[in-house]
Amino acid sequence: MKTVSAADAVALIPNGATLMIGGFMGVGTPERVIDELVRQGKRDLTVIANDTAVPGRGIGKLVDAGLVSRTIASHIGLNPETQKQMIAGKMAVDLIPQGTLIERIRAGGFGLGGVLTPTGVGTIVEEGKQKVQVNGKTYLVETALHAQFALIDAFLADYSGNLSYALTARNFNPVIAMAADTTIVTAEHIVPVGLIAPDHVVTPAPLVDYVVTN
Amino acid sequence: MSTMDPQTIIARRIAQELRSGMLVNLGIGIPTMVANYVPNDMKVFFQSENGLIGTGPIPEQGMGHRLLTDAGGRPVTALPGACTFDSAMSFGLIRGGHVDVTVLGALQVDAHGLLANWMIPGKMVPGMGGAMDLVTGAKRVIIAMQHTAKGKPKIVTKCTLPLTADRAVDLVVSELAVIEFAGGHATLLETGPGVSVKQVIAATEAQLAIPDKVPEMRL
Repeated sequence: MKTVSAADAVALIPNGATLMIGGFMGVGTPERVIDELVRQGKRDLTVIANDTAVPGRGIGKLVDAGLVSRTIASHIGLNPETQKQMIAGKMAVDLIPQGTLIERIRAGGFGLGGVLTPTGVGTIVEEGKQKVQVNGKTYLVETALHAQFALIDAFLADYSGNLSYALTARNFNPVIAMAADTTIVTAEHIVPVGLIAPDHVVTPAPLVDYVVTN
Repeated sequence: MSTMDPQTIIARRIAQELRSGMLVNLGIGIPTMVANYVPNDMKVFFQSENGLIGTGPIPEQGMGHRLLTDAGGRPVTALPGACTFDSAMSFGLIRGGHVDVTVLGALQVDAHGLLANWMIPGKMVPGMGGAMDLVTGAKRVIIAMQHTAKGKPKIVTKCTLPLTADRAVDLVVSELAVIEFAGGHATLLETGPGVSVKQVIAATEAQLAIPDKVPEMRL
């Protein structure tokens, strides 16, 4: 793990990158990295996240700035700007059931090709997907998702990269930490190694590449 | 008709379906109100799908914690004994059959209990969020909705909107009726306060089985 400034961390991200971003309606989203993406004007981004928050907050700031060309999410209903850009054809949006989205990400990080889920069977979600029968029950084959970068917000990070999370800000963060080539973290507090008890570490240090220190 | 407003009738009636020890997931809107009518001595575990079991009431102004919110991003509280977890765990609980009851809103429910509640093509495409997983995985699915929308029945012969799952809901509670969908068809169990069976039939497009005695909701 290396400590970096937000500017140096974001400088690693090219235009057109695929980003997994933590957070649920902006709670647990690395705002300082988002702000820097906007400042550096990184564009044509593909964002994989639960939602696009609301205008002016979290991923909503990337949408406001017109930097996102594709969103893979479970819900965009609380961000009218995302819907506007989708309807205008400026942004492609793939809507995926939330439990399927998180499992596709988990599969990506856990070395699986995908998962079998009953969610979506008999709905428009099954269109174009392989269906399999296991013990007489029908499942959809949902393939794994990967990203170039995972952008994470933790509560505590230590100087080796161990992370723990707070309350409902955990959400997608520990799962996306597994599923990207490079993991960039902001934390509420950066603490000495050993301060997070082994039982309280949720994301182990080897998964973390960069911790933003400003 | 009762003087109680429709949302209160629905929320109070659904609260009667909950029992101590149940893990319950409430959707946004009328479903959220159900928690207000659970008796104080009943210990229900409310799940918030963004990663919380033990969801408590909305905090007083200024007392919210910015990292403690519900699935709509609004501040909530956590009761003593609450626990938090990531989204994979949260949906493992949901899809894995560990949630006893989910209460959700609806756009349409058809004669067999199939539900459409997540999009109106060309008009409203918010995304399904957790709805498809909840209807697929929860042990019991209860729909909380007003009986009609702009005067048109929402309990229809066949859904014209995209379905949420291939699994039928168990119960629909509206301000006019409690309708069960056991055995693949709709049965009228109760009428709303001051509502006649005739009024329910008139406001429902789907065929209803009507037992000899249909009691009124006791609220």
